[in-house]
Amino acid sequence: MNTVDTGLHRLDGRLVWTGFRELVPLSIFVVAFGAAFGLAATQAGIGELAVVVMSTLVFSGYAQFAALELWGQQVPVITMLVTVLVISARHLLMGATLYPWLRELPPVKRYGVMLVASDANWAMSLQAFGRGQPGFGLLLGGGLALWLFWVLGTLLGVCSGGVVRDPRSWGLDMVMGCFLLAVLVSGKNNWRMLVNWSVAACASLLAFRYLPENSHVITGAVAGGVAGIFGREKIDEH
Amino acid sequence: MSIETAGWGTLVLVLAMMIVTLATRWGGVFVMSLVPVGHRVKRFIDGMSGSVLVALLAPMAVAGDNGARAALLVTAVFMLLTRKPLLAITGGILAAALVRQLPG
Repeated sequence: MNTVDTGLHRLDGRLVWTGFRELVPLSIFVVAFGAAFGLAATQAGIGELAVVVMSTLVFSGYAQFAALELWGQQVPVITMLVTVLVISARHLLMGATLYPWLRELPPVKRYGVMLVASDANWAMSLQAFGRGQPGFGLLLGGGLALWLFWVLGTLLGVCSGGVVRDPRSWGLDMVMGCFLLAVLVSGKNNWRMLVNWSVAACASLLAFRYLPENSHVITGAVAGGVAGIFGREKIDEH
Repeated sequence: MSIETAGWGTLVLVLAMMIVTLATRWGGVFVMSLVPVGHRVKRFIDGMSGSVLVALLAPMAVAGDNGARAALLVTAVFMLLTRKPLLAITGGILAAALVRQLPG
């Protein structure tokens, strides 16, 4: 990551298509998760069209599920937006971690590819860069696949309610967790990373326990980043 | 402050949600474009990249139910043994589903 290759940021139709296909197998689960959201949202009293529009425009599963918890005749706007903001805050980290390559792109493309940034395609994109391969095809193509199947799944849930009545009992709430763990395990790991991750895990757990709801991701990630700064300095001294 | 969900209220809420998520998707990139990326910042980003995932997963494993734990355990073991992500994820989800079917 310290030496940024100039060719890695390239982005063309072929790379996007490859990235799209790469994420399609996961999209089966995304459809199921989307269907669960579509059903839950209509049950919460949101109009059918509005549910599909929400999935299309917001494209953030956890934030959307959280918003349902607050939905009713009256919705407390500030509370809901703060909840969405805190859950979505990890997108800030995604943009920051991809910045060494994003800055090589012209602004329109730079912000364009971030439109579909989401957990799975971000993780795969960053991993590709780590291996010295171009990653923006995965970010954009994979993101488009996830987005498409998220919307299709929502539509399915809205139209044929009851496809997935209780997503939890089918383990569908664990789709992203399992996927991200698989990415984490398959990446290049070394001792320095393990130290950073231990710090991140501890900070995240403490935040989960003692800080306001949903703040654990950003707390843990920032702690891991700070550990990264000091960890390397210590090694440099020797 | 509350918004009525009747009429246009729902659309206003959806648009507000879109603006907030969009701001987070673009915000991290924008802030980084203002910060000179030196060695220290690079190390910070480097340390943070895997940590986002760890921070997301740790409470799932510790505070989650046995179904969640089984899912993560099976995913990790399958992944280490087979290196096939889709197989590992499918195994993990099945494990969660099975554990949650158990009485108790």
